[in-house]
Amino acid sequence: MKHLRPINRKAERIDQAASMTEEDVVALQQQPDKPKPHVPMGCSLAFFPGWEVDAGGGTAGLCQPVERDIYDCYVTCFWPVQVADHVNYSPDWASNCAIATKDWRKLDLVFP
Amino acid sequence: MTSMTSMAQARYRRGELHEFQAADQEFIYLVTAGAIFALDDGASAVLRSLAEREMSHAELVDALVEHGHDRGDAEELIGELRYVRGIVSDAETPVAAPQPTSPPADFPLQALVLNITNQCNLACTYCYEFGADKIATPDGKPKYMTLETATASVDFLLTQSAGRQAVHITFFGGETLMNFKLLRQVVEYAREKAASQGRGIGFSLTTNATLLTDEIIEFLADNEIGVTVSMDGPPDLQDLRRVDKRGRGTYRIIEPKLRKLIARHNSRAITARVTLTDGVTDVVRIYRHLKDDLGFDEVGFAPVTNNGDQAYALDDKGMDGVVAEFHTLADEWLEYALRGERHGFSNVSETIGELIQGANKSHPCGAGIGLLGVSPSGDLSPCHRFTDADTHTLGHISSGVDTAKREDFLARGHVSAKYECQTCWARPLCAGGCHHEAFVRYGDTGHANLHYCDWIRQWTDTCLRIYGAVSAQNPQFLERLAERKALS
Repeated sequence: MKHLRPINRKAERIDQAASMTEEDVVALQQQPDKPKPHVPMGCSLAFFPGWEVDAGGGTAGLCQPVERDIYDCYVTCFWPVQVADHVNYSPDWASNCAIATKDWRKLDLVFP
Repeated sequence: MTSMTSMAQARYRRGELHEFQAADQEFIYLVTAGAIFALDDGASAVLRSLAEREMSHAELVDALVEHGHDRGDAEELIGELRYVRGIVSDAETPVAAPQPTSPPADFPLQALVLNITNQCNLACTYCYEFGADKIATPDGKPKYMTLETATASVDFLLTQSAGRQAVHITFFGGETLMNFKLLRQVVEYAREKAASQGRGIGFSLTTNATLLTDEIIEFLADNEIGVTVSMDGPPDLQDLRRVDKRGRGTYRIIEPKLRKLIARHNSRAITARVTLTDGVTDVVRIYRHLKDDLGFDEVGFAPVTNNGDQAYALDDKGMDGVVAEFHTLADEWLEYALRGERHGFSNVSETIGELIQGANKSHPCGAGIGLLGVSPSGDLSPCHRFTDADTHTLGHISSGVDTAKREDFLARGHVSAKYECQTCWARPLCAGGCHHEAFVRYGDTGHANLHYCDWIRQWTDTCLRIYGAVSAQNPQFLERLAERKALS
C-alpha cells in the first residue's frame, strides 16, 4: 500500500493480503477499487471447457470435439491426465493452434 | 455494474479506529484487526474530513484532488483506506466486521499453574485468597498437593498439549515455597517426562520470598526457574500490608534473601510484582527501589483486586496519582527504547509485546484456554485465582476438563458477549479485563471491568504513542523485543 505504512505484524499481514489482490488474479465476486483489465484464470471461468462425455458415455457425440477440451490442459497446466504429453512425446501437438477459440479444429488426436 | 452504482452512492464515514500521534507522525490503530498503520498526509486528510461529516465517493475524490492528489491517486488512497476498514460505507455489501473467534474446544494446553499449597506464612491484608473478598472454599480440602496429584498434573499437561514443542508449569500458592519439597520433585519428574517425548518444559514460580534459603536459590538458578516476587516496595510500603500473622512487617526478612537471589540467579529474569493499594501509590519510588536498589530485572504493577468497598482499595484520587506516575515511567521507557536499552517497567513491555503482534483477543487472557489452574486437591480451575473455589471448578485432574463448564466460562468471557466493550477501541487488548476481578467486583466472570475502562484506554493510548515513536525512530528495537518475547 502506498498511503498506509504497516508498523505491526497484523498490519503487515493485511498489507500482504492487499498486495496479493492488487497484483494477482481477482475473483469475479470481488469488486476492484477501480476498473482495470480483468483476467480471470481457471478452467471454469474462461474458454476452457470441462471434461465431458456424450449421452452414451463416449466422445463421438459431443457438441465440440474432445481435442478442444484438452487444449488448455496441454498448453498451460499440464493437468496430469490423459492429454497430449507436450514435454516428451508430442511437443508440436498445438503448433498449428495459435488461438484456441479459432484454431481448435487444427488439434488432432494423438495415437500413442 | 452494481459495483459502480454502489460506489457512486456510497457515503463514507470513519471505521472503528483510534488515531494517535507520535514523533510528528499520524497513526491509526484499527480496532477490528489490532493492526497499526502510519498514515501519509493524504490519508490523514481523509480521516480528518470524515471526522466532521460523512462524504460521498465523488466528494471525497474532489476534496483530495483539491488537496493536490491526482484522480487516480485519490481513488487508490480511498481504496486502501476501505480495504483496511479505516473508512466504511453502508452502501457496500454489508459484510459484518470480523469478530475475534473463540479458540477450538480442543485447543492444546500450554501451561498449568500448580497451587502446590493453599497455606501461607503471611497475612497480607489485601490477599484475594484469604482476605475479605476471597472466593476460595478450602475447608476440608487438602492443604498441600501430594506427589501423586502433581505427577498426574504433569502427565495431564503433556497429554493435553499435543503438538506443542514446549510447555510451561508455574508453581503457585499459598506461599509456594512452603511446599518446596514437592516443587523439586515435580521439576525432576516433569523434566524427565518431557525429555522422553523430545519436548521442552519451562518452570516459574511466584513467592513472597520469606522462605528463600541458599539451597533453594541454588536449585532455582540451576534449573532456570523464573521467579516472580510479590512485594510492594521499600520498607515503609512493604510493611504496610505485607505482614506476618502477628502483624509484623516482612521487609527486613526478605531483603537479604532477595539480594542473594538476584546476585546468584541469572538464568531467568527475576521480576517483582507490586500490588497498589491505598497509601501504596508511589510507583516511581517503588520502581527505583526494586529496580535500582534491589536489582530486579522487571517490575510490574497492578491495583489491588477488591469489591469496591475495601478500605485498602484505591480511590479515584489514588488512581489518578498512580496513572500520573505510570506516565513518568512510561516516558522513561521510551527514552530507554530510543537509546536501544531495556527498561524494567513491565507494564509497558507487556503491552508493547502485544502491540507488535497486533493481538486481537477473544478473551482477556489464556485462562481456561491454553492455561488451567490445579488446586492442591487436583481440582481444575480457569487459573490460579480461582483455585479451591467450588463455584469455578472446571473438572478434576483425574477426570479431565469438564467441557460444559469450560464452554460456559469461555462463552461468558468472550469479548463479543460484553455489551460495553462493543463500542470501545481498546477491546483488542483488554477484552473486558480479568475474569477473577470481574467476579469479585460484579459477581460474574463475564462482566466487563467497567471501573477500569478510562484507565485502560488512557494506558493503551500511552503505549500506542510509545509504539509509534519507537517504530519511527528505532524500529530494530521492536524486532529485538519481539524475538525476546518469543523466547520467554
